[in-house]
Amino acid sequence: MSALIEAEHLTRILPATVPVTLVRDVSLTVGEREFIAITGPSGSGKSSLLYLLGLLDRPTGGTLRIAGQDTSAMDDDALARLRLEMLGFVFQFHFLLPEFTVSENVQLPMRKAGRLSAREMRERAAGLLEELGLAGHLDKRPDQLSGGQRQRVAVARALANDPHVVLADEPTGSLDSKSSEQVFQILRDLVRKRGKTVIAVTHDMDIAARADRRIHLVDGGVVSDERAAPAAV
Amino acid sequence: MRLILELALTHIAGRGRQTVVAILGVALGVGFSIAMAALMQGTEKDFIAQLVDTMPHVQITDERRTARRQPAEDLFAAAQFEGLRPKEDRRGILNPAAAFASLRSWVPGRMAQSLRTQGVVRYAGRDLGVSIVGIEPEIEAQVSSVAADFVQGSFDALRAGGNNIIVGDGLARRLGATVGTTIQVVAPTGQSRSFRIVGLFHTGNTARDEGETYVLLKSAQILSERPNAINDIRLRLDDPNAALRVARQAEAELGYKAVPWQEANESLLEALVVRNVVMYTVVGAILLVAGFGIFNIISTITHEKARDIAILKSLGFTQGNMRRLFLVEGLALGLAGSLVGWLVGFLLCFALSQVEFRLSGAGVGRELTRLPLFWSPWHYAIASAFALISSGVAGYLPARQAARLNPVDIIRGAT
Repeated sequence: MSALIEAEHLTRILPATVPVTLVRDVSLTVGEREFIAITGPSGSGKSSLLYLLGLLDRPTGGTLRIAGQDTSAMDDDALARLRLEMLGFVFQFHFLLPEFTVSENVQLPMRKAGRLSAREMRERAAGLLEELGLAGHLDKRPDQLSGGQRQRVAVARALANDPHVVLADEPTGSLDSKSSEQVFQILRDLVRKRGKTVIAVTHDMDIAARADRRIHLVDGGVVSDERAAPAAV
Repeated sequence: MRLILELALTHIAGRGRQTVVAILGVALGVGFSIAMAALMQGTEKDFIAQLVDTMPHVQITDERRTARRQPAEDLFAAAQFEGLRPKEDRRGILNPAAAFASLRSWVPGRMAQSLRTQGVVRYAGRDLGVSIVGIEPEIEAQVSSVAADFVQGSFDALRAGGNNIIVGDGLARRLGATVGTTIQVVAPTGQSRSFRIVGLFHTGNTARDEGETYVLLKSAQILSERPNAINDIRLRLDDPNAALRVARQAEAELGYKAVPWQEANESLLEALVVRNVVMYTVVGAILLVAGFGIFNIISTITHEKARDIAILKSLGFTQGNMRRLFLVEGLALGLAGSLVGWLVGFLLCFALSQVEFRLSGAGVGRELTRLPLFWSPWHYAIASAFALISSGVAGYLPARQAARLNPVDIIRGAT
């Protein structure tokens, strides 16, 4: 199991008159094919940690290596490229661009990467959406879909460039229980069937309980990091 | 880059109403400044054209720029005169035939000579001071703008008899005279003759219409007791802008004061400069206001799209991509607005050019005028350049700010 993400003493302090410590001295290693749930009470720094791991935010202390590359010295453009190639994001809200169709939304990261032809991109987007049960909705706009459908589009978009890691911030936070279950299944299948690593921030204990690894945060620091029986892999 | 362009266009197209408002905002600014500029420059050109048209381009009179030197001044290094009374000189331009011929050899344009004197017109118990211009009808018709301003008769009518006179319609009205009336003209020399009115003109210039009369050159010479004298040579150049150069050369050659139209109308032209400063300030203000409108609309859109910036950044787009995206959006709106603005400007100009109004000469039926508009591609180019710059800046500045934002802050703010 090679390390995809290695964090050492990761700290993020929000500069203010009274500095707020969002993430405190977190060290963890994430390998391939892991399904990790980050849990903790509100304000415990779950999302902050996820953003740090996803290179959306920079730590104020500690080091973070993604696929062996030290990210602390990288400029914003290099980080953007790493995000593009290695990481996919799913947020609590779908964050699809409302002006674009479902298929176009999914194609955006591919087009940015620019490795596929227009036809290949269309086909890949169609394939991803089909697998996620959205075959008939390719040319609809996001606002014509239900919340669960939108979230699945967001997952498809996160998978667009075949990333190694999918980072999900409360992916089921705004969904009903049925859609939540669907999205959870999809995320788990990413690990089981596609060999991705999924890191999901969640306060849904049901989902957390079924993850392979649970990291519990309190006040920005890791208080427990436990793995389920490896039989699940 | 193509992706950015496509993203920008889809972004814009997906926001129908907002986009229409933005484009209209730009278009109105561009359109109005085009129309204003056309009107400004049109009226200016019209004004100068009228000036150039009604005045001789160069007028050479028998005056001199400096007082004639006294022989003693040429003889001695220092000389002082007291109680000097200059010799009476009524000859006008010396050797007019030679002067006229030499001018004719090089002046690019037409020219007429005349004798200008003052006098009093007397009719029905009324005395009115007028200037009397003795002319050669066939040449005068080529040089003077009055030739086109006749209400009745023409310069040629003068030749029908030795004692014919042409007067302005204003003068005729004040005298109560009409064509065919015989009036008495008294010259400063005491000479008095009867003239029959054979023509009326209306230039629109009250001073001329009420105070200018034309007679045959011979008659004027007799009235002023200056046989064969000429005191006024007027040039009508092929190119009015050559007037300064021609005047300088004529003055050097003849020694007489040669006044180009620019000099004769110096105060008017100076007033025109002031007017232009005012007008271009107005046009500039319109552009500036339009620019701010454009800036406002586009920066609002950009701010509203801060969330998209966060999303696109999380997908792996760089800050530079984001800046370019919104710059392109601003420019696209500016460009679309410019194009619509050209149409608006063109239609406005067309509408303005259809406005007709009657000025003073209502009774004569002339001077039914339209607004003078000057069409120049420069107006269009400058207006759209301004629109493009302001929309580019309006897209770029907020985008730069937004691109620097940490996507996390925006995502957090949204959740």
